[in-house]
Amino acid sequence: MPFSHLAHDAESAQIGGAPEEVLKRIKDKALVSVGSKLFAGERLTAEDGRVCLETTDLLGLGSLALAAKRARFRDQAFYVVNRHINYTNICRNGCRFCAFHRQAGADDAYLLSPEQVAAEVAASSSMGLREMHLVGGINPEVQFSYYLDLLRAIKRACPTVGIKAYTAVEIDHITRISMLSWHDCLAALKEAGLDAMPGGGAEVFSERVRARLFPNKIDADTWLAVHGAAHRLGISTNATLLFGHIETPAERLDHLLRLRDQQDETGGFKAFIPLVFHPKNTALSDLKAPVGTEILKTISTARLMLDNIPHIKAYWVMLGPKLAQTALHFGADDLEGTIVKENIAHEAGADTARGLSRSQLEDLILEAGCRPVERDTFHEPVEAA
Amino acid sequence: MKLQDAIRRAGDGQRLSVTAAQILYRDCDLVKLGQLADAARSRQNNDRVVTFAVDRNINYTNICTSGCRFCAFWRRNGHPEAYVLDEETLAKKLEETKALGGTHILLQGGLNPDLDPAWHERRLQLIRSYGLKVHGYSPPEILFFSERWGLSVVDVLKRLIAAGLTSIPGGGAEILVDRVRRAVSPGKASAQQWMNVMETAHGLGLRTSATMMFGHVETTQERLLHLFRIRDLQDRTGGFTAFIPWPYQPGKETLQTTKVGATTYLRTLAVSRLVLDNVPHVQASWVTQGPEVGQLALFFGADDLGSTMIEENVVAAAGVTNRLSPEQMVRLIETAGFRWRQRDAVYGSV
Repeated sequence: MPFSHLAHDAESAQIGGAPEEVLKRIKDKALVSVGSKLFAGERLTAEDGRVCLETTDLLGLGSLALAAKRARFRDQAFYVVNRHINYTNICRNGCRFCAFHRQAGADDAYLLSPEQVAAEVAASSSMGLREMHLVGGINPEVQFSYYLDLLRAIKRACPTVGIKAYTAVEIDHITRISMLSWHDCLAALKEAGLDAMPGGGAEVFSERVRARLFPNKIDADTWLAVHGAAHRLGISTNATLLFGHIETPAERLDHLLRLRDQQDETGGFKAFIPLVFHPKNTALSDLKAPVGTEILKTISTARLMLDNIPHIKAYWVMLGPKLAQTALHFGADDLEGTIVKENIAHEAGADTARGLSRSQLEDLILEAGCRPVERDTFHEPVEAA
Repeated sequence: MKLQDAIRRAGDGQRLSVTAAQILYRDCDLVKLGQLADAARSRQNNDRVVTFAVDRNINYTNICTSGCRFCAFWRRNGHPEAYVLDEETLAKKLEETKALGGTHILLQGGLNPDLDPAWHERRLQLIRSYGLKVHGYSPPEILFFSERWGLSVVDVLKRLIAAGLTSIPGGGAEILVDRVRRAVSPGKASAQQWMNVMETAHGLGLRTSATMMFGHVETTQERLLHLFRIRDLQDRTGGFTAFIPWPYQPGKETLQTTKVGATTYLRTLAVSRLVLDNVPHVQASWVTQGPEVGQLALFFGADDLGSTMIEENVVAAAGVTNRLSPEQMVRLIETAGFRWRQRDAVYGSV
């Protein structure tokens, strides 16, 4: 178990505080027993997860999540010099929480050609680009070859860049139009340049929520099966949770447990990214965005429950730099990246910058008292240039 | 002193030395610092309740002779955007405040040589005639009146109290170290003058708050010095109701510095609570930090969310415009696990 050495490792006991020192400052008694299990290296149960999500002892929970983060990464906080590109906003899924999608034929609908995407990548290569994050809508007019061509065009434009592309939702669609199996389709994409898959499209693994918010999107079993297939091919992937809309704490927790089970089986998840729901410009604009305490509690709970997924991201676009920086003390170890031009959260009213420079990211990390480590798509530290 | 000793002292509720505060500020884990500050908050007031006020910031003039380098609000006399609030506009603002359930007006303005005692007395009387109390005139304004009107500080205060002033805001403290004040606000009250006004006000029975604007040219040592000066004064008078630290927000045309981030803000807030063991309330600054971090501040020593601020002009002039309705304020408090209570300017129940 990843936590089992905590109680015996003198140095991490020093930097994270000795277990008894951490436990004694926890106000919520139920949380103390969760903490005791954590330090004893026992796996947390669904009931423990419920205690975490429901506690009002925000700092007690944070201190446990921080101890778990430090057991893995000490004072490191990761970031990647990357760029997000959305190759199309045309999508037939019409999810109710989404402000990004357009119908084909709409004035502001678009589809980028492989050449256009390659030009964008080439334009960014001077900034030391390590990763391209490439996702888009489910656009029915696009052929299978387009998805392969996009990957090849990026690799041609910048052979050293890692490509993290196509959520499970897109992979499911691409597989259908390819007339291949998931395995063969993913193998073809990998051959064309796919290095890793982002964690999007997981939303919440609850049929109840899916039926109400995204009935046209793949269900939990399919999402997990696609990721399992990718893991078996050696494609590392991320996982997300879109939270703070209509889902219950129990559904949030169930989502984490299903990810943990999948990871036990196939082991290819590198990072978990809790995505904060932004209501503006969506069909759910009457909902309120989740508050700061709820966001941090979800991040901390994810760190504690997902004992087999190494990285927990504080995605600054959706959290804002202030909360993302603070989250590094509540279990998160990664701020995502420079991004350059974020579209999806901003269409939904995110009021953050659309990109951050490398030095801005490093300053946020340093101010938080952590050590900035630049990483690549595979979450491996890169050598300083 | 070792970090562990400083943590133990803070945890035991012992009064902190400068050295202990320094070590905690620099070396203690953010979350642990929050836990220590939270425990200190519990020793000083009801740890299940978070208060806020419904009031309005009225800035009676933006004409100011002080010319502080961090301020985006002031204008020279004769500038096209220079203003002095007329009685009619003031009356309208008071009516709106009353209708929204406001209890008091936070009345502050620039150092404007054209406004005489009678002008101010009429404004105070007008505000009180609406059944609103006046939390007004930070120490630099009081000092300026004293110089312009040829009255002692105590006589200025007596006149203003007679006309309706009920308490004084802690503004204009910035950093109570003259090296810093000479660099950022050379035209304004010295540290000693600021403290003298507060001491005099406390002596007359006026309650006041105290602020600290940090994150510009001061060192962390100077921030701590500020806290200890407030603590010493409070030991003598007991007149401070609350302490409000807030990070400087660099505007387009003001002093350019690196903006303080959330973690530094929360650390500073927590250390403020730990050092100021004799000041009952510590206020979160959602106006500068936004509602998310404003809510988190409630776990780092703050027990008050300030005000709904029906109107706010000074921070907004620097380009930072956060807004919160009373409903949003209540939601932030309740979802953080606290009960809310509306308070007046001196932290009494409404």
